[in-house]
Amino acid sequence: MSSEALIIFFLGGVVMVGAGIAASTLLAPKSKNPLKAEPYECGVPTQGTSWIQFRVGYYLFAILFLIFDVETVFIFPWAVVMKKMGLAAFIEILIFLIILGLGLLYAWKKKALKWE
Amino acid sequence: MKWLYDFSYLTRAIHEGLSTRFEPGTVVILEMVLVGITFMLLFALLGLVLVYAERKVSAVIQQRLGPMRVGKWGTAQTLADVIKLLLKEPLINKDADKFLFNLAPFVIMIAAFMAIAALPFAKGLHAIDFDIGILYVAAVSSLGVIGILLAGWSSNNKYSLIGAMRSGAQIISYELSVALSLLTIVVLTGSLQLSIIVESQANGWWIFKGHIPAMIAFVIFLIASTAETNRGPFDLAEAESELTAGFHTEYSGLKFAFFFLAEFANMFIVAGIGATVFLGGWMPFHIGSWEGFNAIMDFIPPIVWFFGKVGFMIFMMMWFRWTFPRLRIDQLLTLEWKYLLPINLMNIVLMAFLSLMGWHF
Repeated sequence: MSSEALIIFFLGGVVMVGAGIAASTLLAPKSKNPLKAEPYECGVPTQGTSWIQFRVGYYLFAILFLIFDVETVFIFPWAVVMKKMGLAAFIEILIFLIILGLGLLYAWKKKALKWE
Repeated sequence: MKWLYDFSYLTRAIHEGLSTRFEPGTVVILEMVLVGITFMLLFALLGLVLVYAERKVSAVIQQRLGPMRVGKWGTAQTLADVIKLLLKEPLINKDADKFLFNLAPFVIMIAAFMAIAALPFAKGLHAIDFDIGILYVAAVSSLGVIGILLAGWSSNNKYSLIGAMRSGAQIISYELSVALSLLTIVVLTGSLQLSIIVESQANGWWIFKGHIPAMIAFVIFLIASTAETNRGPFDLAEAESELTAGFHTEYSGLKFAFFFLAEFANMFIVAGIGATVFLGGWMPFHIGSWEGFNAIMDFIPPIVWFFGKVGFMIFMMMWFRWTFPRLRIDQLLTLEWKYLLPINLMNIVLMAFLSLMGWHF
């Protein structure tokens, strides 16, 4: 099948979850009780909302990920042509990865990879 | 029985059978519906089989019996669980963002469905053969993290939020290693198309043909894909000893079941990709010029080979989960950024050198 058929896989996911939830709403018992709608935090009353600013450490890794993910996208076409291009491709990827490695080393030395 | 060895006979027979009865336009729609239903059944079956397998494997490792009551040796246990979950009242937290809360299971299941589309199950049994297969799988399978983040954020529960954030950091970090370890093999195949990668392993699997770099890449892939599917020892997104159930704490009934199903489906998908790229997909195991041995191996149908390899990889992942202690978040990120990523980058250069010198088979 050609890639237009992807739509059926998208719909497959929608139908499966949708049908499941619909069946569950039809079949499951319902009873109103305000206590049931409380957030589940092991019996302790919740303190405030949890839509808060989260620690910056995760953000730092997200930025690092962006850099290296773009790098991976560059390596994809290189990997495909590596065999055909031979030595030239090898030298190029060496230069590319050395620059990237320096970047990783810089982040490492700046303690961006340290979790505290 | 020849369709068992080449499924294009079967698919062609179905196509011709439908073409004689219906208009061409209707045939296309009918075939798509057929494919959709087949994959939904596959998902349901995967859930049933893998949950049972997981419980039995954990039971064996912990010297227990596992589920034994429902059906012979507890085989109907998962079915009973599904019925139980179906009859549970769907609860929504009063502070939750209702729309995003309901959207999350859809996102996570759609990501799993779209990723499985690219897997080559057997000869001629390949839903969509993308010419950028590996890139597509790497791209789509990482969409699942959006579902996890949505679930954690919309629940308005601190356990969920912490779980989702951890999971986000973990999945995006290990995604790099998954993609790079697959690229190590792409250097040898010169193509991203999964069917071509399978064909290139007719005379030997890449894990054997690619020497040491291929083996390093396989180990990295195994570690990174275990982490990417949020499974133990990397399951701190749902670390039950500290976060109750992590990002799906607030989910109940069938919505919870879909998160669970998506986890097992993702496990199947990464195992399938690993088996296809490193272990030859549906190609039988051949040894050089041992004609008799090769003939016996050829006798086993390709689909059995594929599911056997996938089963092997899934068993390894279950084994990891039940024998290794859970990592902390700082250990997890250290492992990826200070070990796997640098090793992976060097490994890819080593593989390029090997390919340049022609030292692989």
